[in-house]
Amino acid sequence: MTQKITAHDVNVFYGEKQAIRQVSIDIDQEDVTAFIGPSGCGKSTFLRTLNRMNDTVASARVEGDIRLDGEDIYSKDMDVVQLRARVGMVFQKPNPFPKSIYENVAYGPRIHGLASGKSEMDAIVEQSLTRAGLWAEVKDRLSDSGTALSGGQQQRLCIARAIAVDPEVILMDEPCSALDPIATARIEELIHDLRGRYAIVIVTHNMQQAARVSQKTAFFHLGELVEYGDTNDIFTNPREPRTTDYITGRYG
Amino acid sequence: MTDRAPTDWRTDAMRRRIVRRYGAERRFRMFGLGAIILSAGFLAFLIVTMVMQGAAGFTETRVSLPIDFAAAELTVTPEQLRGDRGNLALAGAGLEGVVDGAAGAAFAQQGGAELLSDGAWLRVRDTLKANPGMLRGRTAIDVPVATDIDVAYKGDGTPEAEQVVAALGDRLSRGLNRDFFGNADATDPTRVGIWGALKGSLLTMFVTLILAFPIGVLSALYLEEYAPKNRWTDLIEVSINNLAAVPSIIFGLLGLAVFLGTFGLPRSAPIVGGLTLALMTMPVIVIAGRNAIKAVPPSIRDAALGIGASPVQVVFHHVLPLALPGILTGTIIGMARALGETAPLLMIGMRAFIAAPPEGLTDPATVLPVQIFLWSDEVARGFVEKTSAAIIVLLVFLLAMNGVAIYLRNRFETRW
Ligand SMILES: Nc1ncnc2c1ncn2[C@@H]1O[C@H](COP(=O)(O)OP(=O)(O)OP(=O)(O)O)[C@@H](O)[C@H]1O
Ligand SMILES: [Mg+2]
Repeated sequence: MTQKITAHDVNVFYGEKQAIRQVSIDIDQEDVTAFIGPSGCGKSTFLRTLNRMNDTVASARVEGDIRLDGEDIYSKDMDVVQLRARVGMVFQKPNPFPKSIYENVAYGPRIHGLASGKSEMDAIVEQSLTRAGLWAEVKDRLSDSGTALSGGQQQRLCIARAIAVDPEVILMDEPCSALDPIATARIEELIHDLRGRYAIVIVTHNMQQAARVSQKTAFFHLGELVEYGDTNDIFTNPREPRTTDYITGRYG
Repeated sequence: MTDRAPTDWRTDAMRRRIVRRYGAERRFRMFGLGAIILSAGFLAFLIVTMVMQGAAGFTETRVSLPIDFAAAELTVTPEQLRGDRGNLALAGAGLEGVVDGAAGAAFAQQGGAELLSDGAWLRVRDTLKANPGMLRGRTAIDVPVATDIDVAYKGDGTPEAEQVVAALGDRLSRGLNRDFFGNADATDPTRVGIWGALKGSLLTMFVTLILAFPIGVLSALYLEEYAPKNRWTDLIEVSINNLAAVPSIIFGLLGLAVFLGTFGLPRSAPIVGGLTLALMTMPVIVIAGRNAIKAVPPSIRDAALGIGASPVQVVFHHVLPLALPGILTGTIIGMARALGETAPLLMIGMRAFIAAPPEGLTDPATVLPVQIFLWSDEVARGFVEKTSAAIIVLLVFLLAMNGVAIYLRNRFETRW
């Protein structure tokens, strides 16, 4: 197993308040990793440290060592803009640009110069939308606004937008929280398909989903990483009583 | 804790509450409608009175003046009238005297040359230049009359002037005053024009816009997107808000001291007027711009940053286009205020009497509102309608400017 991201002793503070305590975790290249834990335990916060989106929060401060392929992402030499292209993110709430569907997907490749010419760009857009399972629904209305799509379609558009940049890692923050079972199943299928090509981290509140899509699971509680291991072990044979309580629904 | 009794939604008290709610809603709609009708009424009243008073300002009264050029000793040949030299040739040949003489002969009882506008001979000159053949014969040319006759013919003159009008009968006629759209200020109300002030306003607004818009928008972007939030930026924010509230005459004094005093720019020039008004307009654009930028949802910024857009790309590809309609609204308000501004321009010398339209940004000029102010202050009766006509021109300018801005705003409007 190759480790795509290694995090060591990470602490995150919002002002005085500590949101993440001494978290160390290695994210595998070939696996899907699920982050689970009660609301407010710091899953999103930790996820956002992995592509430095926390830089945009004025009060946030990150300590510790996080490496992507061995490179320290918080070092001075790391270019944040390129880091975020390499570590793509799908947000909890669908946030398409108020531009056409085509433009939503083409924007990333365009600013990074990934396509030379219109036909190459068309190919990237089609491929990304196909991978995100949206192509069939939108191929005749690519110039419609991305915001005119339904919530589930918007979320898949955001996924297409993220993979169009051809990142190395995709971080998904509760991508299915607003979706119906059918759209959820589509996205889970998509995660299956993308596995291996990208390292994937997914935050979810849905235990079945974590069990279905992930090979590794990390359980967070009150800012700490309580338990991390193979998804099978976590769900069938957890070591920590807190994990047991959470996945059996004794609190949450 | 005792359990709450189940709520009964059918009591009389409930019914009364519903009736009251409907009443409140009806009242609110009526007040709103009343307010709209009232303001529409005021606007209609303003426009109707202005048009009624001002329409006459766009016309002039002419009298048919018979002139015998063959008998007059004009030492000009038809060839000399061609080109630009014609003006000089005719003036040198004493055309003005010839016209005065003709008027003296034709209207001996009505005051002779006094009957005509000071500019009457210029009309004769232009007619001659257009038809050089007239030099060899006897013709009648329609020339503008003096202001008191003009006013009397339009129905509001002194008894003496009324008599003259009656005596002249159908030798008087009315026509569009083309000079009004080509001339600048003059002492004789029949010769004044609005073009000088209109051009001055255009040049001034141009300077204001190209300074205030980019600087205002960039300041707003910097303050919202880049500046750290600390005591200094708070101070800047308070200063800008206060700047927007400073009475305009103070900006005039500032312009006088800085642009004329320190930098030695020319007095009465559109560039100085534009600079002064830009100072005044900029804070309005900054405030409107910041509000528009704040209204762009943060999720859009996250989305762009999340796929590796740089901060500048986020601003120029996403934030600015989404904020532009709001910024343009602020710009319309600021520019409209600047267009109607008089006081600060008086301070920097734009109230001078300027008889020629400005040729460039540094030529002495005046602007529409100042011109209106100056004409409204004149005693001569003929200036009343010119003032109203100038107000109409100003309002049309304002509407045209707003129309362009609204068109642009709608083009950039994003439908979510
Ligand atoms: N911008 C912020 N400023 C201050 N505190 C924050 C901020 N964002 C999150 N927090 C705090 O950090 C803690 C962790 O929040 P986080 O959003 O990471 O939780 P989460 O595990 O993603 O929860 P959920 O499952 O509800 O999304 C919470 O206590 C939250 O109040
Ligand atoms: Mg979260």
